[in-house]
Amino acid sequence: MKSIRIGAGLGFYGDHWEPVVASIQRGDVQFIASDHLAELTLAILQKDRQRDPSLGYARDVVPMLLRLWPLMQARGVRFVCNAGGLNPMGAAQAVLAAFAAKGWRARIAVVSGDDVLPRLLDTSTPADALVHLFTGEPVARVRERLVFGNAYLGAAPIVQALEAGAEIVITGRVADAALFLGPIAHSLGWDLKPTDASGLDRLAQGLTVGHLLECSGQGSGGNFGSQGAWKDIPDLAHIGYPLAEVWEDGTALITKAPGTGGRINFDTVRQQLLYEVHNPHAYHSPDVVLDMSGVTLHDEGHDRVRLTGARGTAPGDRLKVVAGFRDGFKAEVTWGFSWPDAWDKAQAAIATVQTQLAEKRIPHDELFVEHPGLNSAHGPLAPLPDAATLNGTNEIWTRMVLRTQSKAAADGFGRLFPWMALSGPAYTCGFMGLHNTSELLGIWPTLIPRAEVEPMVRVEMMGDVS
Amino acid sequence: MSANTRIPLARIAHARSGDKADWVDFGLFAWNATGYRLLEREVTAERVRAHFAPWLPGEVDAWALPHILALKFVLKGALQGGGARNLRLDNLGKAMAGALLRMEIEVTAAELAEALNAPRVGWWGDDPPAQALEGPR
Repeated sequence: MKSIRIGAGLGFYGDHWEPVVASIQRGDVQFIASDHLAELTLAILQKDRQRDPSLGYARDVVPMLLRLWPLMQARGVRFVCNAGGLNPMGAAQAVLAAFAAKGWRARIAVVSGDDVLPRLLDTSTPADALVHLFTGEPVARVRERLVFGNAYLGAAPIVQALEAGAEIVITGRVADAALFLGPIAHSLGWDLKPTDASGLDRLAQGLTVGHLLECSGQGSGGNFGSQGAWKDIPDLAHIGYPLAEVWEDGTALITKAPGTGGRINFDTVRQQLLYEVHNPHAYHSPDVVLDMSGVTLHDEGHDRVRLTGARGTAPGDRLKVVAGFRDGFKAEVTWGFSWPDAWDKAQAAIATVQTQLAEKRIPHDELFVEHPGLNSAHGPLAPLPDAATLNGTNEIWTRMVLRTQSKAAADGFGRLFPWMALSGPAYTCGFMGLHNTSELLGIWPTLIPRAEVEPMVRVEMMGDVS
Repeated sequence: MSANTRIPLARIAHARSGDKADWVDFGLFAWNATGYRLLEREVTAERVRAHFAPWLPGEVDAWALPHILALKFVLKGALQGGGARNLRLDNLGKAMAGALLRMEIEVTAAELAEALNAPRVGWWGDDPPAQALEGPR
């Protein structure tokens, strides 16, 4: 039975690509699929694009491909990624320019059409459309503050690009797992619009493979939790990212390149299976709705887990959209106080800042306070020692964050502090954050009819097209 | 009869958390079927909600996945509007899986011993797998 092998690239913008080298050199893969966009990555890219309209893509795709492409080309490995972000054409042009400087050429396909911001901004949108997916609030509440809005596309344009002969496919926002489902469906000749249950189940298997691989090392023992057990994951310094062999009938084997660190087993694979899933009986994607309740993870040992039993049903007629809206500003300072009485001095400093905010009538919505090293990870669920014990500790760090609608108030926040170095509590150390205003972006998840997005999706070939 | 004892979930389970907008989701995993029966009995949506209530009030949805010895929870409204708006250092809630493992449950000493002594499912060493998992159980 025919099969293909596909390896995981990055799991987010800024991830490490050296583990991919092992998958290419020793993993016998025909494709690499790379996910550069976490949910809030578009917010980061939007800030880039505001400064320079030629940006707005995940820039790590350029150095990554400069490293990987010679290895991939030698073996005929093809590459699919969503590094295009808000500007997939710009990303393709940057890659082609970097390749040209090396005397390399490549056939690059660009998938665009996911940008639905104009639709979100359209004031004639009915009040019951584009409502917040969780709260049901109308989009009019945030419309004037929206800065991006992108629909999650499915695997179809990726398949189209690969059929046209693309060696590299660069997309904007697509469903993360579709980056993998596209090459799998293309190679194994799967119908993306099946009318029978077995066709939908195959797609569900392919989607599950993509979901297990889309977060790079998190699928092979990275970020593996619990007391002591994380130490049983070998050699994280040389972790191998997961790769999959997928057969025509949808059966899949999750594994990694020989000689790499990390671990693929029942435990590491099932942790990733449930990651960022809500209802496990109905995990929605543009291509198929996955029911995980029958998934079997057969642990064959030695970093091999066989995946069977995913079931699929046809997707609905709406696509998920994630939009971002400007939601005020924040400025933060971090400040250390040393023994003796470190805790009491930190509390006195916080009270002084509160007094200043009130007396100077500085407009703000919230002053958030946490103590790194004591409670920033687990909030009030972290048990704190009593004040006497805390006063006996070596140092107490305090992080204060101002949330405000006023940029001027955020810009001025850090200036409330320096005078206290000489006129406040004794023995402070390490003040950070005089000037660090940043804009807060709220996330607006919603749904949009497919019929408003799919006719706009475009696949364009660039580079050495002959 | 063995006496009841309170243990944090970290003794018998592992977990991972993730984010979608301002919801945090958790996978909670038992090391073996014995541990799973304790999780299924003790860790309800209501108790997870109560555990996080002093910190992050919000509704909790729950699903059981016995075929992979796991429970799934979604804590709504836990990220103050989402990762790009959240003021906390842990803006994506990655550390919140650890906070879930602080939750205490009540088990008998015999149940605890059984959960701790039963082997982990799957391959955890250089030897062949101790116990392959064959389909839903």
